[in-house]
Parts: sequence; C-alpha cells; structure tokens
Amino acid sequence: MAKPKLAIYWAASCGGCDIAILDIEEKILEVADFFDLVFWPCAMDFKYDDIRKMEGKSITLTLFNGAIRSDENYEIAKLLREKSVVLCAFGSCASEGCIPGLANFTDKQSIMDYVYKTSPSLEPGNGVVPQTNVKVPEGTLHIPNLWNTVRTLPQVVDVDYIIPGCPPQSNQIAAVVDAVVDILKNGKPLPPKGTVLGASDKCCCDECKRQRNVKKIKKFIRPFEIVTDPEVCLMEQGMICLGPATRSGCGAKCVAAGVPCRGCYGLPSNIRDQGASMASALASVIDSIDEAEVERILDTVADPLGTFYRFSLPASMLRRVQQ
Amino acid sequence: MSFEPRIVGFLCNWCSYTGADLAGTARMKYAPNVMTVRVMCSGRVDPAFVLDSFRAGADGVLVCGCHFGDCHYVEGNHKCMRRIAITKRILKGMGIPPERLRLEWVSASEGARFQEVVDSFTEQIRAMGPMRLKEWAFVPEQVEAATAAHGE
Amino acid sequence: MTTIKMKIDGRQVELEKELFVLDGARALGIHIPTLCHYPYMAPYAACRICVVEARDGKGWSKIVTACNYPVWDGLEIHTSTPQAMNTRRVNLEMLMSRCAPIPLLQRLAEEFGIDKPRWGTGKDTCILCGLCVRVCDEVVGAHALAFGDRGIYRSVATAFWETSDDCILCGACASVCPTGHIKMEEIHGRSIVHSEISLGSNSAISLSFRQAVPNVPFIDPQKCIHFNTGECKVCSKVCPKECIHYDDQDQFEEYEVGAVVMATGFDSFDPTPMKQYGYGKYPNVITAEEFEVMNNASGPTGGKILLQNGEEPRAIAILHCIGSRDQNYHKYCSRVCCMYAFKFSHLVKEKTSAEVYQLYIDVRSFGKGYEEFYLRILDENVNVIRGKAAEVVLSGFRRGEEGHLLVMCEDTLIGKFREIPVDMVILCTALEARKDAKEMARKLNISVGADGWFIEAHPKLAPVSTTTEGVFLAGVCQGPKDIPDTVAQGGAAASQVLELLCQGEIMMDAAYAVIDEALCSGCKMCNDMCPYTAIAFDDAKKVSAVNSALCKGCGTCVAACPAGAIMARHFTDEQIYAQIEGMLS
Repeated sequence: MAKPKLAIYWAASCGGCDIAILDIEEKILEVADFFDLVFWPCAMDFKYDDIRKMEGKSITLTLFNGAIRSDENYEIAKLLREKSVVLCAFGSCASEGCIPGLANFTDKQSIMDYVYKTSPSLEPGNGVVPQTNVKVPEGTLHIPNLWNTVRTLPQVVDVDYIIPGCPPQSNQIAAVVDAVVDILKNGKPLPPKGTVLGASDKCCCDECKRQRNVKKIKKFIRPFEIVTDPEVCLMEQGMICLGPATRSGCGAKCVAAGVPCRGCYGLPSNIRDQGASMASALASVIDSIDEAEVERILDTVADPLGTFYRFSLPASMLRRVQQ
Repeated sequence: MSFEPRIVGFLCNWCSYTGADLAGTARMKYAPNVMTVRVMCSGRVDPAFVLDSFRAGADGVLVCGCHFGDCHYVEGNHKCMRRIAITKRILKGMGIPPERLRLEWVSASEGARFQEVVDSFTEQIRAMGPMRLKEWAFVPEQVEAATAAHGE
Repeated sequence: MTTIKMKIDGRQVELEKELFVLDGARALGIHIPTLCHYPYMAPYAACRICVVEARDGKGWSKIVTACNYPVWDGLEIHTSTPQAMNTRRVNLEMLMSRCAPIPLLQRLAEEFGIDKPRWGTGKDTCILCGLCVRVCDEVVGAHALAFGDRGIYRSVATAFWETSDDCILCGACASVCPTGHIKMEEIHGRSIVHSEISLGSNSAISLSFRQAVPNVPFIDPQKCIHFNTGECKVCSKVCPKECIHYDDQDQFEEYEVGAVVMATGFDSFDPTPMKQYGYGKYPNVITAEEFEVMNNASGPTGGKILLQNGEEPRAIAILHCIGSRDQNYHKYCSRVCCMYAFKFSHLVKEKTSAEVYQLYIDVRSFGKGYEEFYLRILDENVNVIRGKAAEVVLSGFRRGEEGHLLVMCEDTLIGKFREIPVDMVILCTALEARKDAKEMARKLNISVGADGWFIEAHPKLAPVSTTTEGVFLAGVCQGPKDIPDTVAQGGAAASQVLELLCQGEIMMDAAYAVIDEALCSGCKMCNDMCPYTAIAFDDAKKVSAVNSALCKGCGTCVAACPAGAIMARHFTDEQIYAQIEGMLS
C-alpha cells in the first residue's frame, strides 16, 4: 500500500513552525518513515508544479503554517486545499494571524513607504519600491502582490483542523503525529471537523503552577520592573498575563520561567475576540471606581492594542477605518 | 442628503431601559436612530459587543446604566465604567474616534434625560459622519473580487 | 424592722423607728405645711414652717420641726396648738421680711392669718430653703451648689460665684425650687415658641407620645442624672412595681427573615429656612404638627387652643403648601395638608370663637367625603383665600393692637393684595422623606427616587413591592399619602408578604449565571466580581462555581470571564451577537 502523503507549507511565517516540527527530534524519522513527504519547501527542494500536477485529494495531510497576505499565499492555499484530504491550519499565523497580522494596524502603503523609503536604516536617496511586474533583459519578473489585509487560513479556504501555538509545542506536535498515525493505521474515526488539536479546551491557567488569588490591580508593570515571586500569579504581581484568555496546551512554560503569557496559543474555545476578552477581564479587576484614577491606571498599560491583540488581530472583531 | 446614523444602544434593564420606557410613556419625541439591546445590568456589556457592533456597521454605540450607587446589582456599573474606558483605548488605537462610544448614566425616572442623550448623541454621530469600517472580506469569492479590484 | 407607736393630734399611728414626725403626719393624712422638705432627701429644717408641739403625755412639751424630729414610742404630737401656730406665724413673718412677693409665701400668709408682716417686706425671691443645694448634693451628686457667705449675705451660689464646671445642666435645682428663683434659660436669647410643643418633653423620663407602642416611658441616658453622676435614682424609689432597671443595655439582635416591609414613614419639613414666615422668630407661628399636639387633650394645654401668652387667639391663619409645590424646596404636593387644614379650621371653630383664614393654592379634596367636608367648613364661615401667603410680619405700632401677626398675601379671586391681622399662624409643612432614606435603600438594595421616596416596582400595577424580591413598601415612605391609603397599603404589603412566605417553594428567576467546569481554568478573575457572593472557588476541582440561588443574573461575571466559561442564561453572548447582527444587517 502506498504511504500516505504529507505536505508541509509555509505562507507568511517566520519558519518557527517548521523548526518546531524538526524539534520532535527522532520522531521526525518516524514521520519520514510512515509518510511520503511530497511537499516541504522549507526543508527540501520542491516546486509548485509538483503540487499542480497531483490529483485532487491525493495528499492525505497538509500542515499549513503562515498567514495569508499575498497572492502567492492565497494561490497555494487554494491549491493545497484542492489537493488535500485533510488541511490543518498549523501554528498561530495560520490560525489567528499571529505576528504578521499586526500589519492590520496599518496598511500596505504605509508599510511599503516605511520599509523602502523612510526607515532610518535605509541608505538615503534609494527610494526603490518593489513592483509586481518588472521587465529585465531576460523577460518579465513577477512578484506576488502583497495584500492590504492579512488574513488567517480559515478565512480564505475551508480548513479541517487547527493546531494552535507560536509555535505549537513539539510535544504537542508529536502527540498529533501519533494520533494521525493511529487513525491512518488502525482506521480510527477522524475527530469532528473544526476540532482544535494539540491543545485543550481550558486556558493557560489550568497548566500554570502559580498560586492564584483574587486580583485587585492598582497599577500595571512591565516584566523587567520587578524580580518576580516564583510562587505567586503574575497578574497579582502587576503584570499583564494573557494566560486566562489563552488556550492551554503549551505547558505554561513562559509563565513558569517568570514571563507573563503573551497569548500565542490563541483564543479560548468559547471566545470570539481574544483581545476584547482579556481587556474586559483586566478592566474588571482594576481596583478603583474613580474615573480619573482608572484612566491613570490604564495609562500604565504600555501598548494596549499590541498587548491584547498580539497574536489574534486578523481573527478579531477589529477593523480598519476606511480612508 | 444627510445620513441617518445607526447607533446600537445597550441599556440596563432596571434604570436606563426603564428610563427609556418612561420617555416612551410620556410621549417624548426623540431621534429613532438608537437600536436598543436590553441587558439586565450595564455590567453585562462586554467590550466584544461594542467591537462587534462597530464591525457589523454601527456608526455609534451608546451604553447606558444606573448612576453610581443606584445599580440594582450594587456595583455592575463600576465594572462597566472601567470596561468602557479600556474599550475606548482599543478603539482609539485602531483609528476609531473613541467619541463614537458613549457611556451615560440614566436612571429610571430620567425619561427626559434619555431623550436628551439620544438626541445629542445622534446629532454628534451625524456630524461625525458614517463609521465606514472596512469589512475585510473573508468569503473566498469576496476575497478574489477584493484582491482583483483593490489589491486587498 | 422595729416599729414604734405614737399619736398625732390624738390619732394613733405605728411607724418604723427611723422615720420622722412628718412621715407620721403624711401617713395619717394630716397636713403640716413645709417649704424646705423634699421626700427623697434628708430633712433640713431650714424654713421652720413645719413646727409642731411635741409632748410626752407626762407634762413635757417642746416646739420641734416635724420634718426632722425622730419619732419615739409614746410621742404625742399636736400640730395646731396655739403655740405651734404662733411659732409658724412668726417664722413666716421673719421669712417674709426678706421675701415678701413670692406667691407661695403669700398663700401661706393667708393660711396663717397674717395680714401685714411686722418686720417689713423684702423683695428677695430666694428663701434659702436649701432645696437646690441639697438636691444637687444628695440626689444628683453633682455638688455644684452650696450656700455662700454668712448672715444677711448668705446666698446660694456656685463655687467662687463663677460658672460651674460641675453643673450637669440637669435642671433639678430649678425643678425643686419652690419660688422659681432658679430658672432654666436659653443663653442665646432666642425665643422658644411654644417650647413644650416645639421641643417636646425634655424630661429624662418620658413617654414618646400617647399612642406609643409599647406604652411605657423610657429613660434618656443623655438627660438622666443617674447616668451622668451615678446618683439620684428617685424614679426607682417611686416605682411601686420595681420596673426600673438602670443597667438595661441596648441589645442588637439579628433575625433571619424572608421578607422585609419598609414602613419608615416621613419627616416633617422644617420651615425655619423660610424666613418670610418667621417660624422660630415670631411667637405663635407654629407648624401643623405642633398644632396637633396642642389640640390633643393630653397635650401641654389640655386640648385648649392657646397663644404663647396663654390667651385665646382671636384669629388664626392656616397657610397651605409650606415647602410643598415649591420650586425652591419640594416640587411635589404633600397630599394630606389641604384636608387636615380644613380639619384644623373645624376644630378651631368648635373650640374657640376665632376667625379662621385658609390661604391655599388649590383645594385638593380628592377622597371619599372630602369635598363634602370642604363645603361644610365653608358653611362654618371659614375664610378661604386663594393665594399662597407671601410673608408673615409682626404687627406694627401704627396699627395698634389689632393682631399680633400680619399675614401678607394676594387674594387672586378678588385680585387684591391683603394684610390679614391674626394672632396665630399655622404652617402646613411638607412631608419629606426621612434623612436616612438613601442609606436605608442602599442597605436593602432597593431604589430611592430623587425626592427620597422609595421606588415601587411599578407605579400603577405594583405599588407595594420593590424590584428587590422580598422587600415591600407601606405608607408614606413610598410617597405622601393619608391614613386610608396608608392602611390600604399596609394591608396590601402584609398580604404580599404572606403570599411569599406561605409558598412551599419559591419560583426563582430563570436568568442566572452558570460556569462550565470544562471551560473554567480557575483563574479567579470572577471571584471578586459578585456583590451577592454567589461565586465561590472549589478547591477540590480547581474551578469556580456560581450558586444559582444567590445569583441575581446581572451578568457582570459573564463579561469578566476571559475564557468565556460563564454563561448568562437568557442573556447569552450568542443571543446578543444575534441581536447586533439583526439590527445592523
């Protein structure tokens, strides 16, 4: 019997998800052994045409990481959707938008202007901006068009499963691999479509070992401002920890190391907007009923939008204002 | 032609909703632009509701609750005040004028005040113009169309 | 207790050995005049008026003072022998040479048959009986008074004749002084108008009012001498049933109840800030409540309608709407005043021959038989003037003695300004909410309106219940109303309480919050949110849980939960998002 085919693609991503897959260490040999790896541009030499030539639904499993922000991302997403039985949004970029999604605070023009014209590290006077079509002696070069709006994978194609995390923790990846192998080998039923794999339905607090109590905040601090007490909840120590509004599965490693959770494992299962949810919870525990004092306390939140929407902006309810 | 603002109003059941009722039974005339969602307490109002209202096309959002000290559930309005404060900062960060979100305290006997709040807020939003949030097309066909048209 | 047998005026009496002649006389009902005797103090024998002749039946006799002569077996006392009478007369004449004008002494002089005191008539009012000194010393225990100086300069004084630091202002000295030489006076020179009805009883023991339940007097520890100095206790000596316990303490008792009826009533508007009416400044300007007290048969005047100087008024003006229907004070109508104002005019017409003027804005005679009563008082020749009184002034000299007060008003029915001379002005003051109404409302978590009246669940359909389950309203605390309406409301509230308490099970509101254990990660952000302490943390399961019996369904915790683990039944997020979508589509 032919080996099941596996594709791993990276769209607008940092490459961390691919490294995380490699971080399953010896298990990668198991993967190579069990699957027929047909497409992994990050690791080996594959061409898009290889995919185009495949029959529909011939790839058993595609792990797609990276956000969709260019014509190329979109084209390949559609392609892989067409050719795959199961398409997984792998990692935070594909699931919620992640760091590339922060581009939605601004717009494409502003980004291009900054990167190619006004950034302080540019050589002055250059001002060359990439174009989608450029004539060169050998012919015309095409560069994919960059989108104004970063989108998540489920927002552009039909996705079967989500594996959250920035990156998904290697032990979770290993568990997912085991589960997939189990299903394929032993004919177990697939989980319901839309299931989140490699994570639980609870929040980070479920995995966090710190002592928790009722919160009453008078001031927010940045993590570098204090030496943290290893036993006590970081929120009670004044830091903004998105653990309560973040799906668990990561093992709460950041928190154990004294760094407040940034929310990379994405939305909890019953929430529509991670940022609004955290903001509401935070506002609820501010210890003041005087409007002026509340404003002063909120002033101590250094970057509200960036803090609350660091990983989930494209998936959130926030929209850009039309110019 | 001047545009008709579409305003979503979250009114707490015991004070502001009753105050609005009073305005109605007293036959007070006020602008019809506020579409009300009744909640039991202004403390029920989640910032996500406000953000979703703007996303769905509201030009303004009005949140009304009981005056401090009068909340039927003792302190729900305290939490509401803080949540609206943080929501305004989020709106501001996205370039949405925070004045499009208004928080007012209206008591059960203040029918006239409700009338005044609705009228003044409607006029304010009318002067500010429509919200015009860009709806990011998510349906694949819409994505195709948007990309082709605007490079979205 | 050993007793002795003695005779007074030939009558036998058996007494305890420690007593005095005067006690025996009192026991037999024989009158012996005294000036310096007080039943709860040791006798002083300063006035020498109680002298009697003591005989032993064997020929010995002596003039003794009855108040402090100890009785002995076989003593024979004769109270009106010529010698005893003469001694009394001389003593009184000597006393009158110092203090003639005192009515008390003049009555005694008449009794003893003194025409003209032989040694002149002095003008002093202190008879040096020492009652004040002794009461302050023995009963009150403040020791603030004593006799100072000697001989003809002897007088009652405080230490060094300076304002005493020891005086506790109990007024006992003024109350035992037989001549009125010691008076209790306001030091600020403000006239106290109808002091007994304005200030009420200032006695340390008083009955709140005639219809108080329970109908027993109470001791005000602030005014009671015993609580100030540890002495006195005269009341317990007098009480035949030994009901007086000075060590009773206020006890705070806690009751767990299923329903509360708020029937906290009202306060009367104080018209002092309305300077134009002269309340507190002019004599005989009184409030309606004070008039009720005066009119009551058990009041300070025995039910007679009298001016401050004790005379009957020739004309009374009743001013409606003092503090009510007034932009500056209370905009609302107090509802009861028109009718009681007519009642007053009817009583005044019944009890006196005074003219009565009613100065009103509108006549509000809304109830059963009310309009008929109004027509009746019109028939009784009550003058009704449509025009709120503008000012009350003291009658000037140029008008002579027409009336003590002038009421200025505009009579809008005849279109003229009027100055009405009257002797007494009754102000129909507004009913106000109690000063602590807002505080009480907060304690019971009910709403209170801008005017301070508690807010009912529905102004038409639920006048006795509040929006808080189990708390009901009755009476004026919900809004001004008269007795029939109050009684009806009280009955309604009681029946609703019974309805609540008689149910075997209570229907609870279905809208409450529920925490999904599968989603809760125990972050405890919600634990402090609930004002009803409905959220508790389960240490075993490491999740929070809502007690649905305590939860009132406000939804504050729902919005707070960062994991979306709390659902508000009937006000779910999905329902609200659906409303938003529907409105804006």
